[in-house]
Amino acid sequence: MTAATNARTLNLNARKLRSLLTGLAFISPAIIGFLAFAAWPIVQSLYYSFTDYNVLQPPIFIGLENYRDLLNDRVYGIALRNTLYMVFIGLPIHLIFDFLMALLLATQIRGLSIYRTIFYLPSITPVVAATIVWLWLFNGQYGILNVFLEWLGLQRIGWLTDPRFTKPSLIFMGLWFGGNTILIYLAGLRDVPVSLLEAAELDGANALRKTWHVTLPMMSPVIFYTIIINVIGYFQYFTEAWVLTATRDGSAGGPLNSMLFYAMYLYQSAFQLFKMGYASAQAWILFAIVLLATAVLFRTSGWVYYRSEE
Amino acid sequence: MRASKPLMPPAFSLQSLGLHSRRRQSALMKGFAYVVCTLMAVAYVFPLYWMITTALKTDVEVFLVPPSLFPKDPQWGNFIASTQYIPFWLYMYNTLVICALTILGTVISCSLIAYGFARVKWPGRNLVFLIYLSTIMLPAQVTMIPLYIVFRQLGWVGTIWPLVVPAFFGNALYVFLLRQFMMTIPNELSDAARIDGAGELGIFWRIIVPLIKPALATVALFTFVATYRDFLGPLISLTEQNQWTISLGLKMFQNMYGAQWQLMMAAATLTMIPTVILFFLTQRTFIEGIALTGIKG
Repeated sequence: MTAATNARTLNLNARKLRSLLTGLAFISPAIIGFLAFAAWPIVQSLYYSFTDYNVLQPPIFIGLENYRDLLNDRVYGIALRNTLYMVFIGLPIHLIFDFLMALLLATQIRGLSIYRTIFYLPSITPVVAATIVWLWLFNGQYGILNVFLEWLGLQRIGWLTDPRFTKPSLIFMGLWFGGNTILIYLAGLRDVPVSLLEAAELDGANALRKTWHVTLPMMSPVIFYTIIINVIGYFQYFTEAWVLTATRDGSAGGPLNSMLFYAMYLYQSAFQLFKMGYASAQAWILFAIVLLATAVLFRTSGWVYYRSEE
Repeated sequence: MRASKPLMPPAFSLQSLGLHSRRRQSALMKGFAYVVCTLMAVAYVFPLYWMITTALKTDVEVFLVPPSLFPKDPQWGNFIASTQYIPFWLYMYNTLVICALTILGTVISCSLIAYGFARVKWPGRNLVFLIYLSTIMLPAQVTMIPLYIVFRQLGWVGTIWPLVVPAFFGNALYVFLLRQFMMTIPNELSDAARIDGAGELGIFWRIIVPLIKPALATVALFTFVATYRDFLGPLISLTEQNQWTISLGLKMFQNMYGAQWQLMMAAATLTMIPTVILFFLTQRTFIEGIALTGIKG
């Protein structure tokens, strides 16, 4: 190796090093943020989950006791089941509904921007304010929904008081907040190449077949993205149910705990009872469930069709 | 004429009858979409309509059976009364302060981070970006407890710092959005500046930032809405009542005066006004931003 090439590689390495340092300098807030607000807390909460810790006294190591207690905690079981209900029943209903709404909006009707505004608006209203409005709509005696049912000649429903109806009521209310997903789908639908749809039409495909064989595959990455984001979101379902059910003394969950969700029970354990270890064990089980769910979703994502970029 | 049946499911009707019927089919489809969209739009607007009209009723009219669809004698005073039951304007002020600081932190940190991922080539950056992006999927519950304990030790519980400080250290979703935007800017622009002797910070500030202003506006808007709507964060951190946000205040309002529906609806209306006005002023930024976050996911 001559001195000249040696100097050149050295020069190259120096430049590489410089760009590495520059890059790291720019992303340094992310590095600090990642370590301080993600990596360290994850590890620390794993440690807390093996302890008895009430914040005032130092944590005492108790091994797997929190996890064992959770297995026998009936209320925890209810909260977990209610949450799974929302993930497996509420979420598909919401996404299918949002997709159908987007399909309708994509038929190029006149006044699209007005409809778009109307469907999107609820999803940016403050959750607490909007949920209080729904509390009024759901009111058993004076709520407009029951008045409407009676007017139709149907029976009143205990929207928030009958344990059989509480979760369906939440799902029903959730439709109102779906504007964000509707707009994501609408944007995706506009990206479906018209040439493909026309080709299918020339081959004699009707609207249903075009949707099934062209639109859906082309939309699959967007659908996959909304499934992932919403699964994670529903496992953390909190504010709506909390606002609807929390009383002044801090109890929450509605009749027979039918609206007690995972994040609510965790919040109560940690910030009302100050059982930090117990709550951390719940947090880690949630973490494991969410990781598992995303892993399963990615593993079974063979149906997702990625168009190669040109 | 059979084809004039307006609500006949278009998909099953006139298939493979040639071009003419296909045009009729799409007209039917449009009519169907029009009817359903209008019905749904009415249903979507109704809760807001009901909120505003309830806010304008007297405490007697609220409980009328059957209810009046329109307030007989609009009680505009309800809006003033609703701000006196709780320190409404103090809570609004607190909320807006938190929003402003959070937006500031998010916009600064995310644009710098995005520059490091999009415009500086360094070994391993794609892998690091992927790891960083995965934090989007991290449930808040997992980090909430250790962070609360640290903030407590720092004496930050009962202040706005636990809500604001993390914003200065980036947000993976917004970094992703800004990075997408920055990657569309031709490299020649940066190279030309580099030849002229500009440093990376100079290129960032003088060339990239002016070009990504629309994306920064989107990030600022999304951050505002998310912070304004947040409930769990303030619920954990803001233990002192005089620091509460409007969402915490509304929940207390409901717990204490839950039967005063006209006042609660008035307070809810007032709470919604800032986001609604902002939305109408910046609709395009919102809508384009959603398309950006959703599509390339």
